[in-house]
Amino acid sequence: MSIREVSAALITDTIERMCIEANEYLPEDVKCALARFYDEEDGAVAKTVLKNIIDNYEIAAAEQVPICQDTGMACVFIELGQDVHISGGDLYEAINEGVRRGYTNGYLRKSVVRDPINRVNTGDNTPAAITVDIVPGDKVKITVAPKGFGSENMSAIRMFAPSAGLEGVKQFILETAEKAGPNPCPPMVLGIGIGGTFDKCAQLAKRALLRPLDSENPDPFYADLEKEMLDKINELGIGPQGFGGRTTAIGVNIEVMPTHIAGLPCAVNMSCHVTRHKSEVL
Amino acid sequence: MDKHIKLPLTEELAKTLHAGDNVYLTGVIYTSRDAGHKRMCETLARGEKLPIDPQDATIYYVGPTPAKPGKVIGSAGPTTSYRMDAYAPTMLSVGARGMIGKGARSEEVIDAMKKYSGVYFGAIGGAGALLAKCIKSAEIVDYEDLGAEALRKLYVEDMPLVVVIDSYGNNLYETGRKEYLDNHI
Repeated sequence: MSIREVSAALITDTIERMCIEANEYLPEDVKCALARFYDEEDGAVAKTVLKNIIDNYEIAAAEQVPICQDTGMACVFIELGQDVHISGGDLYEAINEGVRRGYTNGYLRKSVVRDPINRVNTGDNTPAAITVDIVPGDKVKITVAPKGFGSENMSAIRMFAPSAGLEGVKQFILETAEKAGPNPCPPMVLGIGIGGTFDKCAQLAKRALLRPLDSENPDPFYADLEKEMLDKINELGIGPQGFGGRTTAIGVNIEVMPTHIAGLPCAVNMSCHVTRHKSEVL
Repeated sequence: MDKHIKLPLTEELAKTLHAGDNVYLTGVIYTSRDAGHKRMCETLARGEKLPIDPQDATIYYVGPTPAKPGKVIGSAGPTTSYRMDAYAPTMLSVGARGMIGKGARSEEVIDAMKKYSGVYFGAIGGAGALLAKCIKSAEIVDYEDLGAEALRKLYVEDMPLVVVIDSYGNNLYETGRKEYLDNHI
Protein backbone atom coordinates (compact mmCIF):
# COMPACT_ATOMS: atom_id res chain seq x y z
CA MET A 1 0.00 0.00 0.00
CA SER A 2 1.33 3.41 -0.89
CA ILE A 3 1.22 6.56 1.13
CA ARG A 4 -0.14 9.67 -0.58
CA GLU A 5 1.58 12.98 0.06
CA VAL A 6 -0.60 16.03 0.62
CA SER A 7 1.22 19.26 1.26
CA ALA A 8 0.46 21.48 4.21
CA ALA A 9 0.59 24.44 1.78
CA LEU A 10 -2.29 22.97 -0.26
CA ILE A 11 -4.35 22.62 2.90
CA THR A 12 -3.62 26.24 3.83
CA ASP A 13 -4.56 27.55 0.37
CA THR A 14 -7.76 25.47 0.30
CA ILE A 15 -8.90 26.62 3.72
CA GLU A 16 -8.13 30.26 2.91
CA ARG A 17 -10.45 30.09 -0.11
CA MET A 18 -13.11 28.03 1.70
CA CYS A 19 -13.34 30.52 4.60
CA ILE A 20 -14.12 33.32 2.17
CA GLU A 21 -16.56 31.33 0.03
CA ALA A 22 -18.39 29.90 3.05
CA ASN A 23 -19.03 33.43 4.32
CA GLU A 24 -20.18 34.94 1.01
CA TYR A 25 -22.29 32.14 -0.50
CA LEU A 26 -25.09 30.49 1.42
CA PRO A 27 -25.26 26.69 0.88
CA GLU A 28 -27.92 25.50 -1.58
CA ASP A 29 -29.72 23.38 1.02
CA VAL A 30 -30.29 26.42 3.24
CA LYS A 31 -31.46 28.50 0.27
CA CYS A 32 -33.96 25.78 -0.69
CA ALA A 33 -35.29 25.57 2.87
CA LEU A 34 -35.73 29.36 3.03
CA ALA A 35 -37.56 29.38 -0.32
CA ARG A 36 -39.89 26.61 0.82
CA PHE A 37 -40.77 28.30 4.10
CA TYR A 38 -41.19 31.66 2.36
CA ASP A 39 -43.82 30.07 0.08
CA GLU A 40 -45.63 28.47 3.02
CA GLU A 41 -45.54 31.49 5.37
CA ASP A 42 -48.82 33.42 5.43
CA GLY A 43 -48.13 36.27 7.87
CA ALA A 44 -47.42 39.59 6.15
CA VAL A 45 -44.66 40.69 8.55
CA ALA A 46 -43.09 37.23 8.63
CA LYS A 47 -43.12 37.02 4.84
CA THR A 48 -41.45 40.43 4.52
CA VAL A 49 -38.70 39.39 6.92
CA LEU A 50 -38.09 36.16 4.99
CA LYS A 51 -37.99 38.13 1.74
CA ASN A 52 -35.33 40.42 3.23
CA ILE A 53 -33.33 37.39 4.36
CA ILE A 54 -33.45 35.96 0.82
CA ASP A 55 -32.54 39.36 -0.69
CA ASN A 56 -29.65 39.56 1.75
CA TYR A 57 -27.93 36.34 0.69
CA GLU A 58 -28.43 37.30 -2.95
CA ILE A 59 -26.77 40.70 -2.36
CA ALA A 60 -23.94 38.99 -0.49
CA ALA A 61 -23.23 36.65 -3.41
CA ALA A 62 -23.57 39.35 -6.08
CA GLU A 63 -21.35 41.86 -4.28
CA GLN A 64 -19.08 39.36 -2.54
CA VAL A 65 -19.86 40.69 0.90
CA PRO A 66 -20.22 38.39 3.92
CA ILE A 67 -23.85 37.26 4.33
CA CYS A 68 -23.65 38.11 8.04
CA GLN A 69 -21.20 40.41 9.81
CA ASP A 70 -20.58 37.66 12.34
CA THR A 71 -18.25 35.66 10.13
CA GLY A 72 -17.91 33.35 13.07
CA MET A 73 -15.38 31.23 14.79
CA ALA A 74 -13.93 29.02 12.05
CA CYS A 75 -15.00 25.47 12.83
CA VAL A 76 -12.82 23.21 10.68
CA PHE A 77 -13.42 19.47 10.40
CA ILE A 78 -10.81 17.28 8.77
CA GLU A 79 -11.38 13.69 7.73
CA LEU A 80 -7.84 12.53 7.25
CA GLY A 81 -7.32 9.32 5.28
CA GLN A 82 -4.97 7.04 7.14
CA ASP A 83 -2.92 6.54 3.96
CA VAL A 84 -2.13 10.25 3.73
CA HIS A 85 1.10 11.85 4.82
CA ILE A 86 0.95 15.60 5.43
CA SER A 87 4.21 17.00 4.16
CA GLY A 88 5.95 20.30 4.60
CA GLY A 89 4.42 21.41 7.87
CA ASP A 90 2.22 20.89 10.90
CA LEU A 91 -1.42 20.09 9.98
CA TYR A 92 -2.90 22.26 12.72
CA GLU A 93 -0.64 25.19 11.86
CA ALA A 94 -1.54 24.75 8.17
CA ILE A 95 -5.24 24.99 9.06
CA ASN A 96 -4.76 28.05 11.26
CA GLU A 97 -2.64 29.75 8.59
CA GLY A 98 -5.47 29.18 6.10
CA VAL A 99 -7.96 30.72 8.53
CA ARG A 100 -5.58 33.63 9.22
CA ARG A 101 -5.19 34.36 5.49
CA GLY A 102 -8.86 33.82 4.67
CA TYR A 103 -10.10 36.17 7.37
CA THR A 104 -7.46 38.79 6.59
CA ASN A 105 -7.45 38.69 2.76
CA GLY A 106 -11.21 38.12 2.58
CA TYR A 107 -12.09 41.14 4.75
CA LEU A 108 -13.89 38.90 7.23
CA ARG A 109 -14.42 39.93 10.84
CA LYS A 110 -11.87 38.88 13.42
CA SER A 111 -14.05 37.66 16.26
CA VAL A 112 -11.73 35.55 18.41
CA VAL A 113 -10.28 36.58 21.79
CA ARG A 114 -7.15 34.84 23.12
CA ASP A 115 -8.51 34.32 26.62
CA PRO A 116 -12.18 33.95 27.62
CA ILE A 117 -11.78 36.10 30.73
CA ASN A 118 -9.14 38.65 29.74
CA ARG A 119 -10.53 39.02 26.21
CA VAL A 120 -7.88 40.44 23.91
CA ASN A 121 -8.65 39.90 20.22
CA THR A 122 -6.11 37.70 18.43
CA GLY A 123 -6.49 39.96 15.38
CA ASP A 124 -6.66 37.22 12.76
CA ASN A 125 -9.59 35.01 13.86
CA THR A 126 -7.27 32.19 14.94
CA PRO A 127 -7.23 29.74 16.47
CA ALA A 128 -9.84 27.77 14.57
CA ALA A 129 -11.97 25.16 16.36
CA ILE A 130 -10.37 22.10 14.77
CA THR A 131 -11.65 18.51 14.78
CA VAL A 132 -9.62 15.77 13.08
CA ASP A 133 -10.90 12.27 12.41
CA ILE A 134 -8.73 9.53 10.98
CA VAL A 135 -10.66 7.61 8.33
CA PRO A 136 -9.81 4.85 5.83
CA GLY A 137 -8.40 5.87 2.44
CA ASP A 138 -5.97 8.35 0.96
CA LYS A 139 -8.11 11.49 0.74
CA VAL A 140 -8.43 14.56 2.94
CA LYS A 141 -11.96 15.92 3.35
CA ILE A 142 -12.11 19.47 4.65
CA THR A 143 -15.27 21.08 6.00
CA VAL A 144 -15.32 24.73 7.00
CA ALA A 145 -18.31 25.88 9.04
CA PRO A 146 -18.02 29.48 10.29
CA LYS A 147 -20.23 29.68 13.40
CA GLY A 148 -21.76 32.89 14.67
CA PHE A 149 -22.22 33.29 18.39
CA GLY A 150 -25.60 35.05 18.51
CA SER A 151 -27.06 31.61 17.98
CA GLU A 152 -24.20 29.61 19.55
CA ASN A 153 -24.94 31.34 22.89
CA MET A 154 -28.50 29.95 22.81
CA SER A 155 -27.26 26.33 22.76
CA ALA A 156 -27.80 23.97 25.68
CA ILE A 157 -26.86 20.52 26.92
CA ARG A 158 -28.61 18.40 29.52
CA MET A 159 -27.64 15.10 31.12
CA PHE A 160 -30.97 13.29 31.53
CA ALA A 161 -31.61 10.16 33.53
CA PRO A 162 -32.72 7.40 31.12
CA SER A 163 -36.20 7.51 32.70
CA ALA A 164 -36.73 10.93 31.07
CA GLY A 165 -36.90 9.04 27.77
CA LEU A 166 -38.09 10.38 24.46
CA GLU A 167 -40.56 12.78 26.07
CA GLY A 168 -37.81 14.40 28.15
CA VAL A 169 -35.68 14.91 25.08
CA LYS A 170 -38.56 16.37 23.04
CA GLN A 171 -39.47 18.74 25.85
CA PHE A 172 -35.86 19.90 26.19
CA ILE A 173 -35.50 20.61 22.46
CA LEU A 174 -38.73 22.59 22.42
CA GLU A 175 -37.85 24.47 25.60
CA THR A 176 -34.41 25.40 24.20
CA ALA A 177 -35.99 26.83 21.04
CA GLU A 178 -38.62 28.72 23.02
CA LYS A 179 -36.09 30.15 25.47
CA ALA A 180 -33.87 31.29 22.58
CA GLY A 181 -36.87 33.20 21.18
CA PRO A 182 -35.80 36.16 19.05
CA ASN A 183 -32.12 36.02 20.09
CA PRO A 184 -30.55 33.54 17.63
CA CYS A 185 -31.88 35.37 14.52
CA PRO A 186 -34.82 33.05 13.78
CA PRO A 187 -35.60 31.23 11.58
CA MET A 188 -33.29 28.90 13.46
CA VAL A 189 -31.56 25.67 12.53
CA LEU A 190 -31.14 23.16 15.36
CA GLY A 191 -28.33 20.63 15.48
CA ILE A 192 -29.16 17.98 18.04
CA GLY A 193 -26.95 15.34 19.60
CA ILE A 194 -28.41 12.49 21.62
CA GLY A 195 -26.23 9.96 23.44
CA GLY A 196 -22.49 9.55 23.90
CA THR A 197 -20.68 11.27 26.75
CA PHE A 198 -20.99 14.94 27.77
CA ASP A 199 -18.34 16.05 25.25
CA LYS A 200 -19.27 13.66 22.42
CA CYS A 201 -22.91 14.70 22.71
CA ALA A 202 -22.05 18.37 22.20
CA GLN A 203 -19.90 17.44 19.23
CA LEU A 204 -22.73 15.38 17.71
CA ALA A 205 -24.92 18.46 17.89
CA LYS A 206 -22.30 20.53 16.09
CA ARG A 207 -21.84 17.84 13.45
CA ALA A 208 -25.61 17.69 12.92
CA LEU A 209 -25.38 21.30 11.68
CA LEU A 210 -23.00 20.20 8.92
CA ARG A 211 -25.60 17.87 7.43
CA PRO A 212 -27.65 19.43 4.59
CA LEU A 213 -31.18 20.47 5.56
CA ASP A 214 -32.66 18.42 2.71
CA SER A 215 -31.16 15.24 4.17
CA GLU A 216 -32.54 13.16 7.00
CA ASN A 217 -31.22 10.83 9.67
CA PRO A 218 -30.82 7.36 8.06
CA ASP A 219 -32.74 5.77 10.93
CA PRO A 220 -36.48 6.27 10.18
CA PHE A 221 -37.19 6.70 13.91
CA TYR A 222 -34.89 9.73 14.11
CA ALA A 223 -35.91 11.01 10.67
CA ASP A 224 -39.50 11.12 12.00
CA LEU A 225 -38.31 12.82 15.17
CA GLU A 226 -36.55 15.50 13.09
CA LYS A 227 -39.83 16.21 11.24
CA GLU A 228 -41.92 16.14 14.40
CA MET A 229 -39.63 18.57 16.24
CA LEU A 230 -39.50 20.96 13.28
CA ASP A 231 -43.32 21.00 13.17
CA LYS A 232 -43.57 21.48 16.95
CA ILE A 233 -41.05 24.36 16.94
CA ASN A 234 -43.02 25.96 14.14
CA GLU A 235 -46.11 25.96 16.34
CA LEU A 236 -44.36 28.19 18.92
CA GLY A 237 -45.33 31.32 17.00
CA ILE A 238 -41.95 33.04 17.48
CA GLY A 239 -41.59 33.53 13.73
CA PRO A 240 -38.86 35.15 11.64
CA GLN A 241 -36.83 37.50 13.86
CA GLY A 242 -39.28 36.84 16.70
CA PHE A 243 -41.89 39.23 15.25
CA GLY A 244 -44.48 36.43 15.21
CA GLY A 245 -45.22 33.85 12.51
CA ARG A 246 -44.97 30.22 11.55
CA THR A 247 -41.35 30.05 10.42
CA THR A 248 -39.44 29.80 13.68
CA ALA A 249 -37.08 27.09 12.37
CA ILE A 250 -36.13 25.86 8.90
CA GLY A 251 -34.33 22.71 9.95
CA VAL A 252 -33.80 20.17 12.72
CA ASN A 253 -30.98 17.65 12.26
CA ILE A 254 -30.45 14.89 14.81
CA GLU A 255 -27.35 12.74 15.28
CA VAL A 256 -27.15 9.91 17.80
CA MET A 257 -24.57 7.57 19.28
CA PRO A 258 -24.44 4.82 21.91
CA THR A 259 -24.36 5.92 25.52
CA HIS A 260 -23.95 4.59 29.06
CA ILE A 261 -26.62 2.50 30.85
CA ALA A 262 -27.00 5.36 33.36
CA GLY A 263 -27.20 8.24 30.88
CA LEU A 264 -29.23 10.06 28.26
CA PRO A 265 -27.29 13.18 27.22
CA CYS A 266 -28.97 15.62 24.85
CA ALA A 267 -27.34 18.69 23.30
CA VAL A 268 -28.91 21.38 21.16
CA ASN A 269 -26.49 23.44 19.09
CA MET A 270 -28.44 26.47 17.97
CA SER A 271 -27.83 27.99 14.57
CA CYS A 272 -29.55 30.52 12.34
CA HIS A 273 -30.69 31.11 8.76
CA VAL A 274 -27.03 31.76 7.91
CA THR A 275 -25.95 28.19 8.67
CA ARG A 276 -22.71 27.94 6.72
CA HIS A 277 -20.90 24.75 5.79
CA LYS A 278 -18.63 24.00 2.88
CA SER A 279 -16.79 20.77 2.12
CA GLU A 280 -14.06 19.80 -0.33
CA VAL A 281 -12.04 16.66 -0.85
CA LEU A 282 -8.29 16.77 -1.61
CA MET B 1 -47.37 51.48 9.84
CA ASP B 2 -44.45 52.79 7.74
CA LYS B 3 -42.64 55.86 9.07
CA HIS B 4 -39.66 57.77 7.69
CA ILE B 5 -37.67 59.15 10.60
CA LYS B 6 -34.97 61.83 10.63
CA LEU B 7 -32.50 61.67 13.50
CA PRO B 8 -31.67 62.86 16.16
CA LEU B 9 -34.25 60.95 18.14
CA THR B 10 -35.77 63.63 20.33
CA GLU B 11 -38.11 62.77 23.17
CA GLU B 12 -41.01 64.19 21.17
CA LEU B 13 -40.17 62.00 18.17
CA ALA B 14 -39.59 58.90 20.33
CA LYS B 15 -43.09 59.22 21.75
CA THR B 16 -44.66 59.02 18.29
CA LEU B 17 -43.17 55.56 17.70
CA HIS B 18 -45.07 52.40 18.59
CA ALA B 19 -44.12 48.73 18.77
CA GLY B 20 -44.73 47.14 15.39
CA ASP B 21 -44.09 50.29 13.34
CA ASN B 22 -41.92 49.82 10.26
CA VAL B 23 -39.37 52.61 10.37
CA TYR B 24 -36.91 53.92 7.79
CA LEU B 25 -34.20 55.77 9.68
CA THR B 26 -32.07 58.55 8.20
CA GLY B 27 -29.26 60.42 9.96
CA VAL B 28 -26.25 59.90 12.21
CA ILE B 29 -26.01 56.83 14.42
CA TYR B 30 -23.11 55.41 16.46
CA THR B 31 -21.92 51.82 16.63
CA SER B 32 -21.00 50.07 19.85
CA ARG B 33 -21.25 46.59 21.29
CA ASP B 34 -19.90 44.62 24.27
CA ALA B 35 -16.40 46.04 24.82
CA GLY B 36 -17.33 49.58 23.71
CA HIS B 37 -20.29 49.76 26.08
CA LYS B 38 -18.15 48.51 28.95
CA ARG B 39 -15.62 51.23 28.22
CA MET B 40 -18.23 53.99 27.91
CA CYS B 41 -19.84 53.03 31.21
CA GLU B 42 -16.44 52.94 32.92
CA THR B 43 -15.77 56.44 31.55
CA LEU B 44 -19.09 57.68 32.95
CA ALA B 45 -18.40 56.01 36.30
CA ARG B 46 -15.16 57.98 36.56
CA GLY B 47 -17.17 61.15 35.97
CA GLU B 48 -15.52 61.78 32.59
CA LYS B 49 -17.08 62.78 29.28
CA LEU B 50 -17.93 60.25 26.56
CA PRO B 51 -16.22 60.45 23.14
CA ILE B 52 -19.69 61.12 21.66
CA ASP B 53 -22.50 63.46 22.69
CA PRO B 54 -25.10 60.98 23.96
CA GLN B 55 -28.04 63.42 23.93
CA ASP B 56 -30.79 62.02 21.68
CA ALA B 57 -28.24 59.64 20.15
CA THR B 58 -29.05 56.28 18.59
CA ILE B 59 -26.63 53.41 19.10
CA TYR B 60 -26.42 50.49 16.69
CA TYR B 61 -25.23 47.25 18.28
CA VAL B 62 -22.97 46.06 15.47
CA GLY B 63 -19.44 44.90 14.79
CA PRO B 64 -19.09 45.20 11.01
CA THR B 65 -16.73 43.24 8.80
CA PRO B 66 -13.87 45.33 7.39
CA ALA B 67 -14.68 47.45 4.33
CA LYS B 68 -13.28 46.12 1.07
CA PRO B 69 -11.29 48.72 -0.93
CA GLY B 70 -13.64 51.40 -2.29
CA LYS B 71 -16.47 50.41 0.03
CA VAL B 72 -17.91 52.37 2.98
CA ILE B 73 -18.25 49.37 5.26
CA GLY B 74 -18.45 45.57 5.11
CA SER B 75 -21.36 43.44 6.25
CA ALA B 76 -23.17 45.24 9.08
CA GLY B 77 -26.15 43.52 10.69
CA PRO B 78 -27.19 43.75 14.35
CA THR B 79 -25.71 41.74 17.19
CA THR B 80 -27.77 40.21 20.03
CA SER B 81 -28.82 43.01 22.36
CA TYR B 82 -29.14 41.33 25.76
CA ARG B 83 -25.37 41.49 26.15
CA MET B 84 -25.71 45.29 26.32
CA ASP B 85 -28.50 45.10 28.95
CA ALA B 86 -26.03 45.69 31.77
CA TYR B 87 -25.00 49.01 30.19
CA ALA B 88 -28.14 50.27 28.43
CA PRO B 89 -29.86 51.88 31.47
CA THR B 90 -26.69 53.94 32.12
CA MET B 91 -26.56 55.03 28.47
CA LEU B 92 -30.27 55.97 28.55
CA SER B 93 -29.72 57.94 31.77
CA VAL B 94 -27.21 60.24 30.03
CA GLY B 95 -29.52 60.96 27.11
CA ALA B 96 -28.99 58.20 24.54
CA ARG B 97 -32.46 57.32 23.32
CA GLY B 98 -32.38 54.91 20.38
CA MET B 99 -30.98 51.38 20.38
CA ILE B 100 -30.76 49.17 17.29
CA GLY B 101 -30.17 45.45 17.73
CA LYS B 102 -31.97 42.13 17.78
CA GLY B 103 -33.35 39.91 20.50
CA ALA B 104 -34.96 40.27 23.90
CA ARG B 105 -34.22 43.00 26.50
CA SER B 106 -34.33 42.82 30.29
CA GLU B 107 -37.00 44.32 32.53
CA GLU B 108 -34.39 46.81 33.79
CA VAL B 109 -33.78 48.08 30.26
CA ILE B 110 -37.50 48.35 29.51
CA ASP B 111 -38.06 50.25 32.78
CA ALA B 112 -35.25 52.65 31.87
CA MET B 113 -36.75 53.08 28.37
CA LYS B 114 -40.08 54.09 29.92
CA LYS B 115 -38.34 56.47 32.32
CA TYR B 116 -36.13 58.16 29.70
CA SER B 117 -38.37 57.73 26.61
CA GLY B 118 -36.09 55.25 24.88
CA VAL B 119 -36.89 53.24 21.77
CA TYR B 120 -35.56 49.79 20.84
CA PHE B 121 -35.45 49.10 17.12
CA GLY B 122 -34.97 45.63 15.62
CA ALA B 123 -32.88 45.21 12.50
CA ILE B 124 -32.94 41.88 10.70
CA GLY B 125 -30.31 39.67 12.30
CA GLY B 126 -28.10 38.02 9.72
CA ALA B 127 -28.96 40.55 7.00
CA GLY B 128 -25.59 42.28 7.13
CA ALA B 129 -25.15 42.65 3.36
CA LEU B 130 -28.60 44.22 2.93
CA LEU B 131 -28.25 46.60 5.87
CA ALA B 132 -24.77 47.73 4.76
CA LYS B 133 -26.36 49.25 1.65
CA CYS B 134 -28.10 51.88 3.83
CA ILE B 135 -24.81 53.02 5.35
CA LYS B 136 -23.51 55.97 3.36
CA SER B 137 -20.50 56.94 5.47
CA ALA B 138 -18.53 55.45 8.33
CA GLU B 139 -15.71 56.86 10.44
CA ILE B 140 -14.04 55.70 13.63
CA VAL B 141 -14.63 58.13 16.50
CA ASP B 142 -12.67 56.29 19.22
CA TYR B 143 -11.67 52.89 20.66
CA GLU B 144 -9.88 51.96 17.44
CA ASP B 145 -7.96 49.28 19.35
CA LEU B 146 -11.23 47.31 19.67
CA GLY B 147 -11.21 46.54 15.92
CA ALA B 148 -14.72 45.51 14.85
CA GLU B 149 -15.96 46.85 18.19
CA ALA B 150 -14.55 50.38 17.69
CA LEU B 151 -16.87 53.35 18.25
CA ARG B 152 -18.00 54.42 14.77
CA LYS B 153 -20.12 57.27 13.50
CA LEU B 154 -22.36 56.19 10.61
CA TYR B 155 -24.64 58.13 8.32
CA VAL B 156 -27.57 55.95 7.31
CA GLU B 157 -30.31 56.52 4.76
CA ASP B 158 -33.67 54.81 5.03
CA MET B 159 -32.35 52.04 7.25
CA PRO B 160 -35.21 49.48 7.47
CA LEU B 161 -36.10 48.79 11.09
CA VAL B 162 -39.03 47.66 13.19
CA VAL B 163 -39.93 49.25 16.52
CA VAL B 164 -39.70 46.25 18.84
CA ILE B 165 -40.10 47.98 22.21
CA ASP B 166 -41.49 51.49 22.39
CA SER B 167 -41.13 54.18 25.07
CA TYR B 168 -44.39 52.99 26.65
CA GLY B 169 -42.99 49.48 27.20
CA ASN B 170 -45.02 47.74 24.49
CA ASN B 171 -43.09 44.74 23.16
CA LEU B 172 -43.53 43.31 19.66
CA TYR B 173 -41.80 40.07 20.68
CA GLU B 174 -44.73 39.43 23.00
CA THR B 175 -47.60 40.90 20.98
CA GLY B 176 -46.41 39.53 17.60
CA ARG B 177 -46.15 36.00 18.93
CA LYS B 178 -49.45 36.24 20.77
CA GLU B 179 -51.21 37.52 17.69
CA TYR B 180 -49.90 34.60 15.63
CA LEU B 181 -50.90 32.04 18.26
CA ASP B 182 -54.36 33.59 18.74
CA ASN B 183 -55.03 33.38 15.01
CA HIS B 184 -53.44 30.04 14.16
CA ILE B 185 -53.13 27.59 17.01
